[in-house]
Amino acid sequence: MKSLIQYLGKSTIDLLREMGQIMLLFFEALFWLFRPPFRIRHFFKQVEFIGVNSLFVVMLTSLFTGMVLALQTYYAFRMFSAETLVGATVALSMTRELGPVITGLMVTGRAGSAICAEIGTMRVTEQVDALTVMAVNPVQYLVLPRVLAGFIVLPLLTVISDVMGILGGYLVGVKILGIHGGLFMNKIYEFVEVGDVYNGLVKASVFGVILTLVGCYKGFYTGGGAEGVGRSTTQAVVMSSVLILVSDYILTALMF
Amino acid sequence: MSNEIPIIELEKVSKSFGLFKVLDELDLVLEKDKVNIIIGRSGGGKSVLIKHIIGLLKPDSGRVLIQGQDIAPLKERSLASVRRKFGMLFQEAALFDSFTVEENVAFPLREHTSKSIREIQETVEARLASVGLSGMGGKMPSELSGGMRKRVGLARALVMDPQIVLFDEPTSGLDPVMSAAINDLILRTQREFGATCVVISHDIEATMKIADRIYMLYNGKIIAMGTPREIRDWDDPVVRQFIRGEADGPIKVN
Repeated sequence: MKSLIQYLGKSTIDLLREMGQIMLLFFEALFWLFRPPFRIRHFFKQVEFIGVNSLFVVMLTSLFTGMVLALQTYYAFRMFSAETLVGATVALSMTRELGPVITGLMVTGRAGSAICAEIGTMRVTEQVDALTVMAVNPVQYLVLPRVLAGFIVLPLLTVISDVMGILGGYLVGVKILGIHGGLFMNKIYEFVEVGDVYNGLVKASVFGVILTLVGCYKGFYTGGGAEGVGRSTTQAVVMSSVLILVSDYILTALMF
Repeated sequence: MSNEIPIIELEKVSKSFGLFKVLDELDLVLEKDKVNIIIGRSGGGKSVLIKHIIGLLKPDSGRVLIQGQDIAPLKERSLASVRRKFGMLFQEAALFDSFTVEENVAFPLREHTSKSIREIQETVEARLASVGLSGMGGKMPSELSGGMRKRVGLARALVMDPQIVLFDEPTSGLDPVMSAAINDLILRTQREFGATCVVISHDIEATMKIADRIYMLYNGKIIAMGTPREIRDWDDPVVRQFIRGEADGPIKVN
Protein backbone atom coordinates (compact mmCIF):
# COMPACT_ATOMS: atom_id res chain seq x y z
CA MET A 1 0.00 0.00 0.00
CA LYS A 2 2.76 2.35 0.96
CA SER A 3 4.73 1.56 -2.18
CA LEU A 4 1.65 2.23 -4.30
CA ILE A 5 1.29 5.67 -2.78
CA GLN A 6 4.98 6.27 -3.24
CA TYR A 7 4.72 5.23 -6.86
CA LEU A 8 1.75 7.51 -7.49
CA GLY A 9 3.47 10.40 -5.79
CA LYS A 10 6.68 9.92 -7.75
CA SER A 11 4.85 9.64 -11.08
CA THR A 12 2.88 12.78 -10.34
CA ILE A 13 6.01 14.72 -9.45
CA ASP A 14 7.81 13.47 -12.56
CA LEU A 15 4.87 14.41 -14.74
CA LEU A 16 4.62 17.88 -13.25
CA ARG A 17 8.36 18.40 -13.60
CA GLU A 18 8.20 17.39 -17.23
CA MET A 19 5.26 19.72 -17.92
CA GLY A 20 7.19 22.51 -16.22
CA GLN A 21 10.23 21.89 -18.39
CA ILE A 22 8.07 21.87 -21.52
CA MET A 23 6.58 25.21 -20.49
CA LEU A 24 10.07 26.61 -19.87
CA LEU A 25 11.10 25.52 -23.34
CA PHE A 26 7.98 27.17 -24.71
CA PHE A 27 8.74 30.47 -23.00
CA GLU A 28 12.33 30.34 -24.17
CA ALA A 29 11.16 29.82 -27.74
CA LEU A 30 8.72 32.71 -27.28
CA PHE A 31 11.57 34.88 -26.00
CA TRP A 32 13.52 34.25 -29.22
CA LEU A 33 10.48 34.94 -31.39
CA PHE A 34 11.05 38.68 -31.12
CA ARG A 35 14.82 38.71 -31.39
CA PRO A 36 16.98 38.63 -34.50
CA PRO A 37 18.25 36.79 -36.40
CA PHE A 38 14.90 35.79 -37.88
CA ARG A 39 15.26 32.51 -39.65
CA ILE A 40 12.66 32.88 -42.36
CA ARG A 41 14.11 30.09 -44.49
CA HIS A 42 14.15 27.65 -41.61
CA PHE A 43 10.57 28.54 -40.88
CA PHE A 44 9.42 27.88 -44.41
CA LYS A 45 11.37 24.65 -44.55
CA GLN A 46 9.46 23.49 -41.47
CA VAL A 47 6.16 24.69 -42.95
CA GLU A 48 6.92 22.48 -45.91
CA PHE A 49 7.93 19.54 -43.76
CA ILE A 50 5.14 19.74 -41.18
CA GLY A 51 2.43 21.09 -43.45
CA VAL A 52 2.84 20.37 -47.12
CA ASN A 53 4.20 16.87 -46.59
CA SER A 54 1.33 15.97 -44.26
CA LEU A 55 -1.29 17.14 -46.72
CA PHE A 56 -1.98 13.83 -48.40
CA VAL A 57 -2.34 11.74 -45.27
CA VAL A 58 -4.58 14.36 -43.63
CA MET A 59 -6.80 14.52 -46.72
CA LEU A 60 -7.09 10.77 -46.93
CA THR A 61 -7.91 10.18 -43.26
CA SER A 62 -10.37 13.09 -43.16
CA LEU A 63 -12.16 11.83 -46.26
CA PHE A 64 -12.74 8.43 -44.73
CA THR A 65 -13.71 9.92 -41.37
CA GLY A 66 -16.39 11.98 -43.09
CA MET A 67 -17.56 8.93 -45.02
CA VAL A 68 -17.89 6.68 -41.98
CA LEU A 69 -19.58 9.45 -40.00
CA ALA A 70 -22.19 9.83 -42.71
CA LEU A 71 -22.72 6.11 -42.82
CA GLN A 72 -23.15 5.74 -39.04
CA THR A 73 -25.39 8.77 -38.57
CA TYR A 74 -27.51 7.79 -41.58
CA TYR A 75 -28.50 4.49 -39.98
CA ALA A 76 -29.29 6.18 -36.68
CA PHE A 77 -31.17 9.14 -38.16
CA ARG A 78 -33.21 6.96 -40.51
CA MET A 79 -35.00 5.52 -37.48
CA PHE A 80 -36.72 8.85 -36.96
CA SER A 81 -36.63 10.03 -40.58
CA ALA A 82 -34.03 12.74 -40.06
CA GLU A 83 -31.67 11.62 -42.86
CA THR A 84 -31.32 15.17 -44.17
CA LEU A 85 -29.52 16.11 -40.96
CA VAL A 86 -26.61 13.78 -41.82
CA GLY A 87 -24.80 16.59 -43.64
CA ALA A 88 -25.10 19.02 -40.75
CA THR A 89 -23.97 16.37 -38.28
CA VAL A 90 -20.93 15.49 -40.34
CA ALA A 91 -20.06 19.15 -40.88
CA LEU A 92 -20.46 20.06 -37.21
CA SER A 93 -18.43 17.08 -36.02
CA MET A 94 -15.69 17.77 -38.51
CA THR A 95 -15.32 21.51 -37.94
CA ARG A 96 -15.67 21.49 -34.17
CA GLU A 97 -13.93 18.29 -33.28
CA LEU A 98 -12.68 15.75 -35.73
CA GLY A 99 -10.96 18.04 -38.20
CA PRO A 100 -8.51 19.50 -35.67
CA VAL A 101 -8.10 16.27 -33.71
CA ILE A 102 -7.46 14.05 -36.71
CA THR A 103 -5.08 16.59 -38.18
CA GLY A 104 -3.30 16.91 -34.84
CA LEU A 105 -2.92 13.17 -34.39
CA MET A 106 -1.86 12.48 -37.96
CA VAL A 107 0.72 15.26 -37.94
CA THR A 108 1.99 14.00 -34.58
CA GLY A 109 2.54 10.59 -36.10
CA ARG A 110 4.15 11.92 -39.23
CA ALA A 111 6.02 15.07 -38.22
CA GLY A 112 6.10 15.11 -34.41
CA SER A 113 7.96 11.81 -34.35
CA ALA A 114 10.35 12.95 -37.07
CA ILE A 115 11.08 16.21 -35.23
CA CYS A 116 11.91 14.25 -32.09
CA ALA A 117 14.09 11.73 -33.93
CA GLU A 118 15.96 14.46 -35.78
CA ILE A 119 16.69 16.65 -32.76
CA GLY A 120 17.37 13.56 -30.63
CA THR A 121 19.95 12.34 -33.12
CA MET A 122 21.52 15.78 -33.17
CA ARG A 123 21.68 15.64 -29.39
CA VAL A 124 23.36 12.23 -29.11
CA THR A 125 25.85 13.02 -31.89
CA GLU A 126 26.76 16.29 -30.13
CA GLN A 127 25.43 18.44 -32.97
CA VAL A 128 23.33 20.39 -30.47
CA ASP A 129 26.47 21.03 -28.41
CA ALA A 130 28.25 22.03 -31.61
CA LEU A 131 25.58 24.67 -32.22
CA THR A 132 26.00 26.00 -28.70
CA VAL A 133 29.78 26.05 -29.01
CA MET A 134 29.49 28.02 -32.24
CA ALA A 135 27.48 30.57 -30.26
CA VAL A 136 24.17 29.74 -31.93
CA ASN A 137 21.29 29.20 -29.52
CA PRO A 138 19.81 25.77 -30.21
CA VAL A 139 16.34 26.78 -29.00
CA GLN A 140 16.30 29.68 -31.38
CA TYR A 141 17.79 27.64 -34.20
CA LEU A 142 15.94 24.35 -33.81
CA VAL A 143 12.86 24.77 -31.62
CA LEU A 144 11.40 28.13 -32.59
CA PRO A 145 11.00 27.52 -36.36
CA ARG A 146 9.28 24.20 -35.71
CA VAL A 147 6.88 25.44 -33.05
CA LEU A 148 5.99 28.50 -35.09
CA ALA A 149 5.43 26.37 -38.19
CA GLY A 150 3.17 24.03 -36.18
CA PHE A 151 1.19 26.97 -34.85
CA ILE A 152 0.54 28.36 -38.33
CA VAL A 153 0.27 25.22 -40.41
CA LEU A 154 -2.12 23.13 -38.31
CA PRO A 155 -5.12 25.46 -38.80
CA LEU A 156 -4.44 25.48 -42.54
CA LEU A 157 -4.37 21.71 -42.64
CA THR A 158 -7.53 21.63 -40.53
CA VAL A 159 -9.43 23.72 -43.09
CA ILE A 160 -8.54 21.15 -45.72
CA SER A 161 -9.46 18.36 -43.32
CA ASP A 162 -12.87 19.96 -42.70
CA VAL A 163 -13.55 20.25 -46.42
CA MET A 164 -12.45 16.69 -47.12
CA GLY A 165 -14.58 15.34 -44.27
CA ILE A 166 -17.67 17.10 -45.54
CA LEU A 167 -16.86 15.93 -49.05
CA GLY A 168 -16.65 12.36 -47.76
CA GLY A 169 -19.98 12.77 -46.01
CA TYR A 170 -21.50 14.14 -49.20
CA LEU A 171 -20.19 11.25 -51.30
CA VAL A 172 -21.61 8.63 -48.96
CA GLY A 173 -24.79 10.45 -47.96
CA VAL A 174 -25.81 11.79 -51.35
CA LYS A 175 -24.15 9.57 -53.94
CA ILE A 176 -24.43 6.22 -52.16
CA LEU A 177 -27.27 6.46 -49.66
CA GLY A 178 -29.44 8.73 -51.80
CA ILE A 179 -30.06 11.72 -49.50
CA HIS A 180 -31.22 14.76 -51.46
CA GLY A 181 -28.13 16.80 -52.29
CA GLY A 182 -29.75 20.21 -51.95
CA LEU A 183 -31.21 19.42 -48.55
CA PHE A 184 -27.93 17.93 -47.41
CA MET A 185 -26.07 21.16 -48.19
CA ASN A 186 -28.90 23.38 -46.99
CA LYS A 187 -28.86 21.85 -43.51
CA ILE A 188 -25.13 22.44 -43.32
CA TYR A 189 -25.66 26.15 -44.00
CA GLU A 190 -28.44 26.20 -41.46
CA PHE A 191 -26.60 24.58 -38.55
CA VAL A 192 -22.90 25.31 -38.97
CA GLU A 193 -21.76 28.76 -37.91
CA VAL A 194 -18.49 30.50 -38.61
CA GLY A 195 -17.77 30.27 -34.90
CA ASP A 196 -17.69 26.47 -35.11
CA VAL A 197 -15.02 26.58 -37.77
CA TYR A 198 -13.13 29.32 -36.01
CA ASN A 199 -13.03 27.50 -32.67
CA GLY A 200 -11.83 24.38 -34.44
CA LEU A 201 -8.96 26.37 -35.92
CA VAL A 202 -7.98 27.76 -32.51
CA LYS A 203 -7.81 24.19 -31.25
CA ALA A 204 -5.69 23.23 -34.23
CA SER A 205 -3.17 25.97 -33.44
CA VAL A 206 -2.89 24.76 -29.87
CA PHE A 207 -2.39 21.19 -31.10
CA GLY A 208 0.26 22.43 -33.51
CA VAL A 209 2.21 24.02 -30.66
CA ILE A 210 1.79 20.93 -28.48
CA LEU A 211 3.01 18.38 -31.00
CA THR A 212 6.03 20.39 -32.17
CA LEU A 213 6.98 21.47 -28.66
CA VAL A 214 6.75 17.96 -27.21
CA GLY A 215 8.72 16.58 -30.17
CA CYS A 216 11.43 19.20 -29.67
CA TYR A 217 11.47 18.72 -25.89
CA LYS A 218 11.78 14.95 -26.05
CA GLY A 219 14.47 15.23 -28.70
CA PHE A 220 16.32 17.90 -26.80
CA TYR A 221 16.56 15.85 -23.62
CA THR A 222 17.44 12.55 -25.28
CA GLY A 223 20.29 10.49 -23.85
CA GLY A 224 21.63 7.03 -24.38
CA GLY A 225 22.46 6.69 -28.04
CA ALA A 226 20.30 5.22 -30.78
CA GLU A 227 18.15 3.32 -28.29
CA GLY A 228 17.50 6.55 -26.40
CA VAL A 229 16.39 8.30 -29.57
CA GLY A 230 13.93 5.50 -30.29
CA ARG A 231 12.55 5.64 -26.77
CA SER A 232 12.20 9.43 -26.85
CA THR A 233 10.40 9.29 -30.19
CA THR A 234 7.85 6.82 -28.87
CA GLN A 235 7.36 8.92 -25.76
CA ALA A 236 6.96 12.06 -27.84
CA VAL A 237 4.18 10.52 -29.92
CA VAL A 238 2.34 9.11 -26.91
CA MET A 239 2.70 12.29 -24.88
CA SER A 240 1.63 14.57 -27.75
CA SER A 241 -1.40 12.41 -28.50
CA VAL A 242 -2.51 12.36 -24.88
CA LEU A 243 -1.95 16.09 -24.45
CA ILE A 244 -3.87 16.81 -27.65
CA LEU A 245 -6.90 14.86 -26.47
CA VAL A 246 -6.78 16.29 -22.94
CA SER A 247 -6.39 19.86 -24.14
CA ASP A 248 -9.15 19.20 -26.67
CA TYR A 249 -11.56 18.53 -23.83
CA ILE A 250 -10.42 21.58 -21.89
CA LEU A 251 -10.65 23.87 -24.91
CA THR A 252 -14.08 22.54 -25.84
CA ALA A 253 -15.33 23.10 -22.30
CA LEU A 254 -13.99 26.66 -22.40
CA MET A 255 -15.14 27.64 -25.88
CA PHE A 256 -18.57 26.16 -26.50
CA MET B 1 55.55 31.49 -14.71
CA SER B 2 54.76 35.03 -15.84
CA ASN B 3 52.42 37.40 -14.09
CA GLU B 4 50.06 37.48 -17.04
CA ILE B 5 46.48 36.39 -16.51
CA PRO B 6 46.35 32.74 -17.59
CA ILE B 7 44.23 32.04 -20.66
CA ILE B 8 42.30 29.24 -18.97
CA GLU B 9 42.22 28.63 -15.25
CA LEU B 10 40.00 26.33 -13.19
CA GLU B 11 39.77 26.97 -9.47
CA LYS B 12 38.46 24.30 -7.11
CA VAL B 13 35.96 23.06 -9.67
CA SER B 14 33.66 20.29 -8.43
CA LYS B 15 31.02 18.49 -10.43
CA SER B 16 28.88 15.51 -9.51
CA PHE B 17 26.35 13.53 -11.48
CA GLY B 18 24.02 12.05 -8.92
CA LEU B 19 26.26 10.59 -6.24
CA PHE B 20 29.19 10.20 -8.58
CA LYS B 21 31.82 12.87 -8.09
CA VAL B 22 33.48 13.45 -11.47
CA LEU B 23 35.54 16.54 -10.69
CA ASP B 24 36.71 17.05 -7.13
CA GLU B 25 38.00 20.54 -6.31
CA LEU B 26 40.06 20.44 -9.44
CA ASP B 27 42.68 23.14 -10.00
CA LEU B 28 44.17 23.63 -13.44
CA VAL B 29 46.06 26.39 -15.24
CA LEU B 30 46.60 25.96 -18.97
CA GLU B 31 49.35 27.69 -20.88
CA LYS B 32 48.78 30.20 -23.62
CA ASP B 33 49.89 29.40 -27.17
CA LYS B 34 50.90 25.88 -26.27
CA VAL B 35 49.61 22.40 -26.95
CA ASN B 36 48.11 21.40 -23.60
CA ILE B 37 47.12 17.76 -23.40
CA ILE B 38 44.92 16.36 -20.66
CA ILE B 39 45.27 12.63 -20.22
CA GLY B 40 43.27 10.27 -18.07
CA ARG B 41 41.18 7.13 -18.15
CA SER B 42 38.14 6.71 -20.36
CA GLY B 43 35.09 7.80 -18.44
CA GLY B 44 37.36 9.59 -15.98
CA GLY B 45 35.86 13.02 -16.52
CA LYS B 46 38.07 14.40 -19.30
CA SER B 47 35.11 15.28 -21.51
CA VAL B 48 33.32 16.76 -18.50
CA LEU B 49 36.38 18.89 -17.84
CA ILE B 50 36.53 20.22 -21.40
CA LYS B 51 32.80 20.94 -21.37
CA HIS B 52 33.34 23.10 -18.29
CA ILE B 53 36.01 25.08 -20.09
CA ILE B 54 33.57 26.03 -22.85
CA GLY B 55 30.56 26.48 -20.57
CA LEU B 56 28.50 23.53 -21.83
CA LEU B 57 28.43 22.30 -18.23
CA LYS B 58 28.35 24.43 -15.11
CA PRO B 59 30.40 23.52 -12.06
CA ASP B 60 28.60 22.69 -8.81
CA SER B 61 31.18 24.87 -7.13
CA GLY B 62 34.38 26.63 -8.11
CA ARG B 63 35.37 29.07 -10.82
CA VAL B 64 36.20 28.68 -14.50
CA LEU B 65 38.27 31.65 -15.63
CA ILE B 66 38.75 32.39 -19.31
CA GLN B 67 41.33 35.20 -19.62
CA GLY B 68 40.48 36.14 -16.07
CA GLN B 69 36.69 36.20 -16.58
CA ASP B 70 34.65 33.74 -14.53
CA ILE B 71 32.23 32.09 -16.95
CA ALA B 72 30.45 29.87 -14.43
CA PRO B 73 27.78 32.41 -13.39
CA LEU B 74 27.29 33.86 -16.89
CA LYS B 75 23.93 33.72 -18.64
CA GLU B 76 23.62 31.98 -21.97
CA ARG B 77 23.82 35.22 -23.96
CA SER B 78 27.00 36.52 -22.35
CA LEU B 79 28.46 33.04 -22.70
CA ALA B 80 27.88 33.23 -26.43
CA SER B 81 30.33 36.12 -26.75
CA VAL B 82 32.96 34.25 -24.71
CA ARG B 83 32.47 31.19 -26.91
CA ARG B 84 33.46 33.12 -30.02
CA LYS B 85 37.04 32.91 -28.75
CA PHE B 86 36.77 29.13 -28.99
CA GLY B 87 36.78 26.50 -31.67
CA MET B 88 36.00 22.93 -30.78
CA LEU B 89 36.54 19.63 -32.51
CA PHE B 90 34.09 17.07 -31.13
CA GLN B 91 34.83 13.41 -30.67
CA GLU B 92 32.70 12.31 -33.62
CA ALA B 93 33.19 15.67 -35.35
CA ALA B 94 29.49 16.59 -34.82
CA LEU B 95 29.05 17.82 -38.37
CA PHE B 96 25.50 18.85 -39.25
CA ASP B 97 24.41 15.91 -41.35
CA SER B 98 21.78 17.82 -43.28
CA PHE B 99 24.46 20.21 -44.59
CA THR B 100 27.21 19.67 -47.14
CA VAL B 101 30.85 19.85 -46.06
CA GLU B 102 31.07 23.38 -47.43
CA GLU B 103 27.93 24.53 -45.60
CA ASN B 104 29.25 23.00 -42.40
CA VAL B 105 32.51 24.90 -42.57
CA ALA B 106 30.73 28.08 -43.67
CA PHE B 107 28.20 27.87 -40.83
CA PRO B 108 30.00 30.03 -38.21
CA LEU B 109 30.86 32.61 -40.88
CA ARG B 110 27.25 32.83 -42.04
CA GLU B 111 26.03 33.14 -38.47
CA HIS B 112 28.48 35.63 -37.09
CA THR B 113 30.00 37.66 -39.91
CA SER B 114 28.61 39.85 -42.65
CA LYS B 115 31.01 38.51 -45.26
CA SER B 116 29.79 38.20 -48.82
CA ILE B 117 29.02 34.80 -50.29
CA ARG B 118 32.19 34.94 -52.37
CA GLU B 119 34.38 35.81 -49.40
CA ILE B 120 32.87 32.97 -47.41
CA GLN B 121 33.45 30.57 -50.28
CA GLU B 122 37.09 31.59 -50.54
CA THR B 123 37.69 31.23 -46.80
CA VAL B 124 35.97 27.86 -46.72
CA GLU B 125 37.94 26.56 -49.68
CA ALA B 126 41.21 27.77 -48.10
CA ARG B 127 40.38 26.06 -44.80
CA LEU B 128 39.41 22.84 -46.51
CA ALA B 129 42.66 22.93 -48.47
CA SER B 130 44.65 23.44 -45.28
CA VAL B 131 43.24 20.19 -43.85
CA GLY B 132 43.88 18.42 -47.16
CA LEU B 133 40.29 18.27 -48.37
CA SER B 134 40.13 20.75 -51.21
CA GLY B 135 37.40 20.07 -53.71
CA MET B 136 35.36 18.01 -51.22
CA GLY B 137 33.00 20.88 -50.37
CA GLY B 138 30.03 19.41 -52.20
CA LYS B 139 30.00 16.10 -50.33
CA MET B 140 27.66 15.21 -47.49
CA PRO B 141 29.20 14.23 -44.14
CA SER B 142 27.75 10.72 -44.46
CA GLU B 143 29.87 10.16 -47.58
CA LEU B 144 33.13 10.80 -45.71
CA SER B 145 35.36 8.52 -43.67
CA GLY B 146 35.84 9.13 -39.94
CA GLY B 147 39.19 10.81 -40.48
CA MET B 148 37.82 13.08 -43.18
CA ARG B 149 34.89 14.06 -40.98
CA LYS B 150 37.27 15.02 -38.21
CA ARG B 151 39.29 17.14 -40.59
CA VAL B 152 36.15 18.89 -41.75
CA GLY B 153 35.27 19.39 -38.07
CA LEU B 154 38.68 20.93 -37.54
CA ALA B 155 38.26 23.22 -40.56
CA ARG B 156 34.93 24.33 -39.10
CA ALA B 157 36.47 24.87 -35.66
CA LEU B 158 39.23 27.04 -37.14
CA VAL B 159 37.21 29.07 -39.60
CA MET B 160 36.61 31.94 -37.16
CA ASP B 161 40.32 32.14 -36.20
CA PRO B 162 39.72 31.21 -32.55
CA GLN B 163 42.24 31.96 -29.81
CA ILE B 164 41.58 28.64 -28.13
CA VAL B 165 40.91 25.33 -29.85
CA LEU B 166 39.56 22.35 -27.92
CA PHE B 167 40.00 18.79 -29.18
CA ASP B 168 37.88 16.03 -27.66
CA GLU B 169 39.78 12.77 -28.29
CA PRO B 170 40.82 13.77 -31.79
CA THR B 171 42.40 10.45 -32.73
CA SER B 172 40.06 7.92 -31.15
CA GLY B 173 38.78 5.38 -33.64
CA LEU B 174 41.23 6.33 -36.40
CA ASP B 175 43.90 4.22 -38.05
CA PRO B 176 47.54 5.03 -37.14
CA VAL B 177 48.24 6.93 -40.34
CA MET B 178 45.17 9.10 -39.98
CA SER B 179 45.96 9.61 -36.28
CA ALA B 180 49.40 10.85 -37.20
CA ALA B 181 47.88 13.19 -39.78
CA ILE B 182 45.45 14.60 -37.21
CA ASN B 183 48.27 15.05 -34.69
CA ASP B 184 50.21 16.94 -37.34
CA LEU B 185 47.20 19.14 -37.86
CA ILE B 186 47.01 19.90 -34.14
CA LEU B 187 50.64 21.02 -34.18
CA ARG B 188 50.06 23.09 -37.31
CA THR B 189 46.96 24.62 -35.75
CA GLN B 190 49.10 25.82 -32.89
CA ARG B 191 51.91 27.12 -35.08
CA GLU B 192 50.05 28.63 -37.99
CA PHE B 193 47.10 30.11 -36.14
CA GLY B 194 48.95 30.80 -32.92
CA ALA B 195 46.07 29.27 -31.00
CA THR B 196 46.11 27.74 -27.56
CA CYS B 197 45.29 24.07 -28.04
CA VAL B 198 43.62 21.98 -25.37
CA VAL B 199 43.55 18.29 -26.25
CA ILE B 200 41.93 15.40 -24.43
CA SER B 201 43.54 12.11 -25.15
CA HIS B 202 44.44 8.70 -23.90
CA ASP B 203 46.84 8.07 -26.73
CA ILE B 204 50.08 8.27 -24.72
CA GLU B 205 52.52 7.84 -27.58
CA ALA B 206 51.09 10.69 -29.62
CA THR B 207 50.73 12.82 -26.52
CA MET B 208 54.41 12.49 -25.76
CA LYS B 209 55.21 13.53 -29.31
CA ILE B 210 53.08 16.64 -29.70
CA ALA B 211 52.42 17.99 -26.20
CA ASP B 212 54.08 21.07 -24.75
CA ARG B 213 52.44 20.43 -21.42
CA ILE B 214 50.73 17.30 -20.11
CA TYR B 215 48.17 17.19 -17.31
CA MET B 216 46.96 13.93 -15.83
CA LEU B 217 43.39 13.74 -14.52
CA TYR B 218 42.71 10.99 -12.00
CA ASN B 219 39.85 10.65 -9.51
CA GLY B 220 38.60 14.13 -10.22
CA LYS B 221 41.91 15.91 -9.66
CA ILE B 222 44.98 16.84 -11.65
CA ILE B 223 47.63 14.61 -10.12
CA ALA B 224 50.54 15.42 -12.39
CA MET B 225 51.55 18.14 -14.79
CA GLY B 226 54.64 18.99 -16.72
CA THR B 227 56.51 18.59 -19.97
CA PRO B 228 56.45 15.18 -21.64
CA ARG B 229 59.88 14.44 -20.19
CA GLU B 230 58.80 15.38 -16.67
CA ILE B 231 55.70 13.23 -16.94
CA ARG B 232 57.66 10.30 -18.27
CA ASP B 233 59.94 10.45 -15.23
CA TRP B 234 57.10 11.12 -12.80
CA ASP B 235 57.45 9.27 -9.51
CA ASP B 236 53.82 8.59 -8.65
CA PRO B 237 52.87 4.93 -9.25
CA VAL B 238 49.46 5.90 -10.71
CA VAL B 239 51.04 8.11 -13.33
CA ARG B 240 53.72 5.51 -14.06
CA GLN B 241 51.16 2.77 -14.55
CA PHE B 242 49.07 4.94 -16.86
CA ILE B 243 52.01 6.14 -18.97
CA ARG B 244 53.38 2.64 -19.38
CA GLY B 245 49.93 1.14 -19.94
CA GLU B 246 50.18 -1.66 -17.41
CA ALA B 247 47.23 -3.68 -16.16
CA ASP B 248 48.69 -4.15 -12.67
CA GLY B 249 49.10 -1.26 -10.28
CA PRO B 250 47.19 1.20 -8.15
CA ILE B 251 44.65 1.92 -10.95
CA LYS B 252 42.06 -0.82 -10.74
CA VAL B 253 40.46 -2.19 -13.86
CA ASN B 254 36.74 -2.71 -13.33
